[in-house]
Amino acid sequence: MSQQLYLSSSPHIHSGETTAKVMRAVIYSLLPACGVAVYFFGPSALSVLLIATLGCLATEVVCQRLMGQPVTIADGSAAITGILLALNLPPSSPWWMTLFGAVVAIAIGKQVYGGLGSNPFNPALVARVVLLISFPVQMTTWSAPAPFGSGLDLVTTATPLGEWKNAVMLTGQMPAEMQGSMMNYFLGNMPGSIGEISALALLLGAAYLFYRRILTWHIPTAFIGTVILLSGLFWLINPEKYPNPVFHMVTGGLILGAFFMATDMVTTPVSTRGMLLFGVGCGLLTVLIRLFGGYPEGVSFAILLMNAATPLIDRYTRPKTFGTLQQEKVQ
Amino acid sequence: MLAAILSLGGIGLIAAVALGFAAKKFAVEVDPRELAALEVLPGANCGACGFPGCAGYAKALLAGSIDLNQCPPGGADTVAKLAHILGVEASAATREIAVVLCQGDNRKAQIKYHYLGLEDCTAAQRIADGPKICPGGCVGLGSCLRACPFDAIEMTADGLAVISREKCTGCRKCVAVCPRNVIRMTPYEAAVHVLCNSHDKGALIRKYCQIGCIGCNICKKTIPDAYKIENFLAEVVYEQDAEAAEAISKCPTKCIRDFSVAYPDGSVQLPAGTDKPHAA
Amino acid sequence: MSLKTFAGGIHPPDNKQWSSHKAIEDCPLPAEFIVPLAQHIGAPSVACVEVGQQVSKGDEIGSAKGFVSVPVHAPTSGEVTAVENRPHPWGTSLPAVVIKADGEDRWSTELQPADPSELSPDEIIEKVRLAGVVGMGGAAFPAHVKMSPPPEKKISTLIFNGVECEPYLTADHRMMLEEPERILQGVALLQYVLGAEQVVIGIEANKPDAIALFEKHCAGTPVEVMPLQVKYPQGAEKQLIAAVTGKEVPSGGLPMDIGVAVHNVSTAAAITDAIIHGRPLIERVCTVTGPAIREPKNLRIRIGTPLSHLVEVCGGLVEEPGKIILGGPMMGFTQLGFDVPATRGTSGLLLLRAEDVSSHPESPCIRCARCVQACPINLLPTTIAAYARRDLLAEAAEYCAMDCIECGSCSYVCPSTIPLVQAIRYGKAAILAKKRSTQVS
Repeated sequence: MSQQLYLSSSPHIHSGETTAKVMRAVIYSLLPACGVAVYFFGPSALSVLLIATLGCLATEVVCQRLMGQPVTIADGSAAITGILLALNLPPSSPWWMTLFGAVVAIAIGKQVYGGLGSNPFNPALVARVVLLISFPVQMTTWSAPAPFGSGLDLVTTATPLGEWKNAVMLTGQMPAEMQGSMMNYFLGNMPGSIGEISALALLLGAAYLFYRRILTWHIPTAFIGTVILLSGLFWLINPEKYPNPVFHMVTGGLILGAFFMATDMVTTPVSTRGMLLFGVGCGLLTVLIRLFGGYPEGVSFAILLMNAATPLIDRYTRPKTFGTLQQEKVQ
Repeated sequence: MLAAILSLGGIGLIAAVALGFAAKKFAVEVDPRELAALEVLPGANCGACGFPGCAGYAKALLAGSIDLNQCPPGGADTVAKLAHILGVEASAATREIAVVLCQGDNRKAQIKYHYLGLEDCTAAQRIADGPKICPGGCVGLGSCLRACPFDAIEMTADGLAVISREKCTGCRKCVAVCPRNVIRMTPYEAAVHVLCNSHDKGALIRKYCQIGCIGCNICKKTIPDAYKIENFLAEVVYEQDAEAAEAISKCPTKCIRDFSVAYPDGSVQLPAGTDKPHAA
Repeated sequence: MSLKTFAGGIHPPDNKQWSSHKAIEDCPLPAEFIVPLAQHIGAPSVACVEVGQQVSKGDEIGSAKGFVSVPVHAPTSGEVTAVENRPHPWGTSLPAVVIKADGEDRWSTELQPADPSELSPDEIIEKVRLAGVVGMGGAAFPAHVKMSPPPEKKISTLIFNGVECEPYLTADHRMMLEEPERILQGVALLQYVLGAEQVVIGIEANKPDAIALFEKHCAGTPVEVMPLQVKYPQGAEKQLIAAVTGKEVPSGGLPMDIGVAVHNVSTAAAITDAIIHGRPLIERVCTVTGPAIREPKNLRIRIGTPLSHLVEVCGGLVEEPGKIILGGPMMGFTQLGFDVPATRGTSGLLLLRAEDVSSHPESPCIRCARCVQACPINLLPTTIAAYARRDLLAEAAEYCAMDCIECGSCSYVCPSTIPLVQAIRYGKAAILAKKRSTQVS
């Protein structure tokens, strides 16, 4: 009888939540955004999504084989990196650039550090920034959406944030027609990267993750809250020049970044206070880069910079151990 | 362009002068012999000498407070070099290596339960004295492997720790970490060992292990000088083990092994009939 | 109204429906009792009977050794057949007195009921000690030690633990439903001894029947019944105190440092027996449950009853168990077989099937911080575990490893199934061992 008995130290039950299940849920949560992208940008978006995802999976397999480690693509983390990378690219990205990005994301962004759980930076963002710096032309060639059935071709144009930056540089004023397009921006009917266009679809996915308790509110709230406060401040100072907070919210990669990139567990702090601090930092940097930096969009850089600060944040936001707070007061 | 070259060059020059000055001004006097001694030490910082790393040992050597042969990983070679550096007589220590006195892997030794949890022998030992029925055998969760600073220990596919004769430097880290005391220090020259660590009676051992020593006395009868039996467990008398190998073929459970014959290349000790260790 | 609780914690499925509606049954006596001499935290008692000696129910068979120790008593009348090492719930063989029951179950004549109003607090404490009363929640810490704090530590708040936050277990729940008077008599005795101004009975909100019953019984008395939020480990001493008083027991300190004492409701009942009936602690209520047992029950068992007998009384096994657990699934101890006896700390016998045993392979930490959020002590379990596994003991201690209460919440929630609390436990033991060795040298 004892042959089949299990012995272990406690606890003897487990929640049943596994890494693979968490990763799968994140993939499901990204599907609405992928769907909207394919609707607005057509087959080109689909091909970018496929190339990035398959590229990441293949790179993971090759890396792990080379290092003599067990292949762990079944955990879904490489697929998430692939999808997130695709969502961060323009729909017109050439296939070789997407593939190169996928290889960079997994090989340089993740595996060189030791694979899942060891990378200091968000792999998809590492790849995006490498591509942005290496291929500035391709990475900033944006297309206007051409929804299925509209008969429109993809036309090269600028993102709302890019348009604003150009206008401000030329005239010091915000273009008037941008004020009225908020609803279109919210639904995704605007030029932009594959994933950032529809705030609605992203929020749907995020809601699912909240429901599954995979996301906590701390980072997204702190991130977006800071962006709203800071951009609101500038807007109040000079509404002619600076766009209002809603514009900041629905254009660019803020929603994608705040809910899906800045919440990457591996590269963000573990304590509640740390998460809040991380979110605030992301928000500050995003607004500063958007309003005063050279690039029209600052979410990726903001998150990567805060990733670098994560170990430091973790160090200084260690939760107070139970029973040590009062002791200090007494002493 | 020119301004850039001049300013960068200027900064470089100032920094170089400052560094050079600091190096001279704040230089710490180090006995050159200490550096030389550190050079010949293995550099594994294993702590076998009882000092904080090789540098600590080198310091202690120069202070003259200790013997030269406190570094088992370095071996006789290092002792000779150290003696040369310090200009003293070398006192040669016999080289000792660690041996796992057990061949009861997962196929040969029976378990009383399946262990789940932390992959650590000490943690498993705390739960009902370990998953194996045998009270003395290798637990097989690789705590020694993780403790070894010289990569000399491997786990076989069937969960048994095996130690390379050549890679082992005798630092005793594995001996300290093993909760079962199944790893022993033996003279390097002694290649014949009784690979069992259970003092249970033969009839009991046969119930849980195919390859344990049953205390049958046959080895001692064959070569009386080379073996001793205590509490139903045979042991090689390492001072008089010249002919110990002759009893190997007589052992009914095949728990006496001669590593120099089976593995003259100094590769790991392997129980009879086990697969090669898989890459860890 | 939101219920009081502590920060952190988890919500495992409670699985109490198996046995929570079943009234306590008296377990028939087995033919043989194995009474371990070590049943409590502290020095084990020493056998004071010989083989062949006849004993009556309640006779002392093991005497206490030192202050943090209690005597052990015969659970029934019969003959001592052996004093030897027997398998013990702690995992090894430990000294035990084996008694062959004579079937008469005759009480010792030396036991005398007493009128508590004629006893001084010190007399009550001494009687509690002689009766062998220990904490019945599972830790089995001698009750008389907790009843005699040093004079400078005044106990102002006395808390009774009716939380029973471990999944599956319903022994305390049934005790509260069926024997409220017995518990409340003990509550009054403890209040008298400790002189506490505030007395609170904390009960988790998943036992509304017990809460209602106690509110009825306590109406008009100084005893306050406090419903608490359903969350594990609400019944852990420090967490219960935090929920009830809002105060934290200082790190490395004891509840008495902040003027609090916590006793289990079943301990209160045992104290009633010891003082009012003069009976030592020889029985307790134990929940026999789990998917591998045919008929889950709440049994009133004698200390020393072999587990095999409990299984038999509960209709036998549905299938071969995968895990035999003494206590609850979060903090209980796995057993090698049914030949070990139930002890004073045995609040439950949980039998899981092989398919209920989770054995996911471990994967790398993804820093999801679930363990950090679950930890009721505000530790960073993943960090401490990583240090402990690399034997970086100083670093583990720096991250407050010694404050861990080993509740297992971190391991329960970890999606990478990293043995977090197991690693921390290992680290704690190593830190203690190192401390001891440096003290010696």
